[in-house]
Amino acid sequence: MSKKTSKNGDLNVVGKPFRKVDARAKCVGQTKFADDIFLPRMLYCKMLRSHEPHALIKKIDTSKAEKLPGVIAILTGKELPIPYGILPVSQDEHALCIDKVRFIGDPVAAVAAVDEDVAFDAMNLIVVEYVRLNTISTIEEALLIEEPRIHEYGDGGNVHKKVSLEFGDVQQGFRDADLIREDTFFYEGNTHLPMEQHAAVAHFDADGKLTLWSSTQTPHYVHRALAKVLEMPASHIRVIATPNGGGFGGKSDPFNHEIVVAKLAIMTGRPVKVTLTREEVFYCHRGRHPVLMKVKTGVKKNGAITGMHFQSFLDGGAYGSYGVASTFYTGALQTVTYDVPRYKFEGVRCFTNKPPCGPKRGHGTPQPRYALEVHLDKIAEQLKLDPVEIRRQHLVKPNSLTANYLRIGSMGLGTCIDKVVKGSDWKNKFSGWDRPNRKLPEGKGIGIACSSYICGAGLPIYWNSMPQSGVQLRLDRQGGVCVMCGSIDIGQGSDSILAYIVAEVLGIDPFDIRVVTADTDLTPVDLGSYSSRVTLMTGNAAIQAAERARELLVIAVAEKLGVPIENLSLAERRVFDVENPETGVSFAEAVVLAESKFGTIGTVGSYSPPPSPGKYKGAGVGPSPAYSYSASVAEVDVDSATGIVTVERIWIAHDIGKSINPMLVMGQVEGSVYMGLGEILMEEMTYRTNRNVVHKFPSMLEYKSPTTMEMCDVKTYLIEDADPNGPFGAKEVGQGPLLPVPPAVANAVYDAVGVRIDEVPITPEKVLKALREKARGRDPRYGPLSVPTVSWPEPLKVLTPAEGGDGKEMPRVAVHS
Amino acid sequence: MTDKARIKFNLNGEPAEVAFAPHKTLLEVLREDLGLTGTKHGCELGECGTCTILVDGRAVLSCLMLGLDAEGHDVKTVEGMADGAELHPLQDTFANLGAAQCGYCSPGFLLVAEELLKKNPRPTRDEIKEALSGNLCRCTGYIKIYEAVELAAARMRGEEMQLPEEAVYGLK
Repeated sequence: MSKKTSKNGDLNVVGKPFRKVDARAKCVGQTKFADDIFLPRMLYCKMLRSHEPHALIKKIDTSKAEKLPGVIAILTGKELPIPYGILPVSQDEHALCIDKVRFIGDPVAAVAAVDEDVAFDAMNLIVVEYVRLNTISTIEEALLIEEPRIHEYGDGGNVHKKVSLEFGDVQQGFRDADLIREDTFFYEGNTHLPMEQHAAVAHFDADGKLTLWSSTQTPHYVHRALAKVLEMPASHIRVIATPNGGGFGGKSDPFNHEIVVAKLAIMTGRPVKVTLTREEVFYCHRGRHPVLMKVKTGVKKNGAITGMHFQSFLDGGAYGSYGVASTFYTGALQTVTYDVPRYKFEGVRCFTNKPPCGPKRGHGTPQPRYALEVHLDKIAEQLKLDPVEIRRQHLVKPNSLTANYLRIGSMGLGTCIDKVVKGSDWKNKFSGWDRPNRKLPEGKGIGIACSSYICGAGLPIYWNSMPQSGVQLRLDRQGGVCVMCGSIDIGQGSDSILAYIVAEVLGIDPFDIRVVTADTDLTPVDLGSYSSRVTLMTGNAAIQAAERARELLVIAVAEKLGVPIENLSLAERRVFDVENPETGVSFAEAVVLAESKFGTIGTVGSYSPPPSPGKYKGAGVGPSPAYSYSASVAEVDVDSATGIVTVERIWIAHDIGKSINPMLVMGQVEGSVYMGLGEILMEEMTYRTNRNVVHKFPSMLEYKSPTTMEMCDVKTYLIEDADPNGPFGAKEVGQGPLLPVPPAVANAVYDAVGVRIDEVPITPEKVLKALREKARGRDPRYGPLSVPTVSWPEPLKVLTPAEGGDGKEMPRVAVHS
Repeated sequence: MTDKARIKFNLNGEPAEVAFAPHKTLLEVLREDLGLTGTKHGCELGECGTCTILVDGRAVLSCLMLGLDAEGHDVKTVEGMADGAELHPLQDTFANLGAAQCGYCSPGFLLVAEELLKKNPRPTRDEIKEALSGNLCRCTGYIKIYEAVELAAARMRGEEMQLPEEAVYGLK
């Protein structure tokens, strides 16, 4: 991808801390979120949700509700019989349950009424008769109990998906090792908790066109789901994603409430709005999967890894969602930080009667990253190695191929480690496993962890060979520039990134540009704000569109001025001769010249990731155009009387490639640290695991998340090592910096009080229990003791690149020979 | 449906009169009956601080206050913070420093911060944290919000203040 800019090579916009193009609107109350939309004659929708965790629907009686004055329409599942789901392999949801409910909160019926109060009253007049079924509430139960099945598909019983992959001969890796260590971990599920509750408004106009405004991170996928379920041509449907009041992955699925209001709008001919209550947002969920993990690693005396076997057991909740991808993600990125020459991964995702899990910031990778980094810390202690050095000495090399065929480009993790080690004064704080001669007082501790994340999934969610991102530019004769893209701003600044990049290439001010995004009628497809793909993919598409426009401008201006094309530069709203800067025209004049010569000026750009070198089944999850890297050191205080862990400071270095806007990058790093801190210290989605599987606390007060009082000090370093695949060299920052935080804190807790908390979150109860074990001379640890027995499928075997593999799986026959 | 109630009060510096179903919260009255959607909601249970407004200069959760109770009071929402076309210094620094990421919690934070700076023009970082502790933000980790409040406070005191480079570019 070309990165041509102004002739002199200086960047005028990229790398500068401009405010976001929509920042002021957000600070004066002008930004219209989905629930801020009010249309004439608009109806309000409420959805009746199951209070049974697992039951057959025997009868739905809506007669009383229908008679309530002000009720305009009532909808049940039989009117929306077509299933949908985000992944083509898990089309297992219905907008309203038809014959069965699978968790408390599963929607059964919907009402449209003249106001919210009437809708609420009507909803409560609907009577549903259920026949209760036994529930499945844990991973262990799902693996043991085959009947009743929550779904009629999957890998048997209540197992949704089993995967088994082996890259190289892992047993040989263990034979080569000086030490083999095995550990088990559990990472509790947690949720996104965006401040904005999901909302959607649908309008069906008299000419037969449907419009849906929704707080969604993936308008394109919602568009596809609506066309499928409503059996309407997609060309008659327009989806407009409103600015998301926080997403974090929680608004990435097509949701039942979006389909329901669309259907109600068609039925009534009136606009219909739904806004979820906070409790309903907890039931929508799609958050972090609870994952039980076992990791076995062989290492040489110097800490070099010879082989690794990783197992994950995921509690998927009641539906597929992104779960198959999440399962693969718990095994995909173990290989991209430290050299792992031989690697085996087994993963199983179970269905349980709980709100469905899906992608949350870091999608499927914070859990294994936490396990891996704590496991590595334990190995370092066993080998009496410095936890910094065991990481620093065995880094994956830039421009290399991992055992599981992930193509590494730029790799700045070494610099990241150096920065946080120096910044935190690690050498004067870490005691080198020598508890009696500590450098920090007992109760104070320091820990380190590293991580990596993808910059966009290499493959789209549904198979196609079209670009993943498209950008359209329109230049008008008054000098106006409009950039159109299907991407959706969820607060990360994706609208601004488009403006900065186009402004850079065209030599204008980013605030001169109009940005139109996330509207399926007006903007070319971008797949959505997930997998940290947006800056890299829309950025590259925007560069291509802008360079094509730039070319038209310089041809026309060169002709007018009589100077060679290559002499022309675009900067400061002018197109001019670099050798003779006063010879030039204004940007607006340049557009007039170009339009006079070529006709109306519009250009497009698009981006497709490079093909992945992995060709085996399952190779679709993990490949990315680039990988970001992060390293973090945490300093904690642990009160051994109360078990309370206070994180005092986090040092974090993030390899961003190149900051398109450093201030926004800093914001993403700090926000990621915050979210990682919440996950390690307090956030958890937990349920009463008796037959009822009731969510313990679907409210913001009791679902604990960090306030200003818990948030720690953050010291951030941005490492710029431009990646050839990134726009101007940029990589992702929205998700990666969350990853090292939980294990860095866990390792610091161990340093502080000598107990291992191998279960996230690290609550005071767990710390106290482990301290008690320690006092009794037992294993000073809190965490799972074992993993369930699973009959894993024969692994799909792939020779590693080092073994001369070609990225394809070996024929099964050869495996056994 | 119930008969509407009617109140008169002072809204963002102007006299206002509105009729609404009497059980409505002030949050609902502002958003639904007055069209002022700048005030947001995250829980409608008084848990998140998102719907904060100023009533007689005091930060109040509008989801926990009945519309009827606004009768005769001075109510200020985010729409009333700017002085004409000129943004309030807090709005300006929130926008310029990236303190508003998704922007959904920003109106609530802005009004709590306005109350703080009126009472305490020179707050320490700890005092800012304390004042903002009732408002949740899931995007920023609060740090850019502290920095924006500090910068706005300095400007409101008439002092020149530059943000440290590390706040924008990170540490060297």
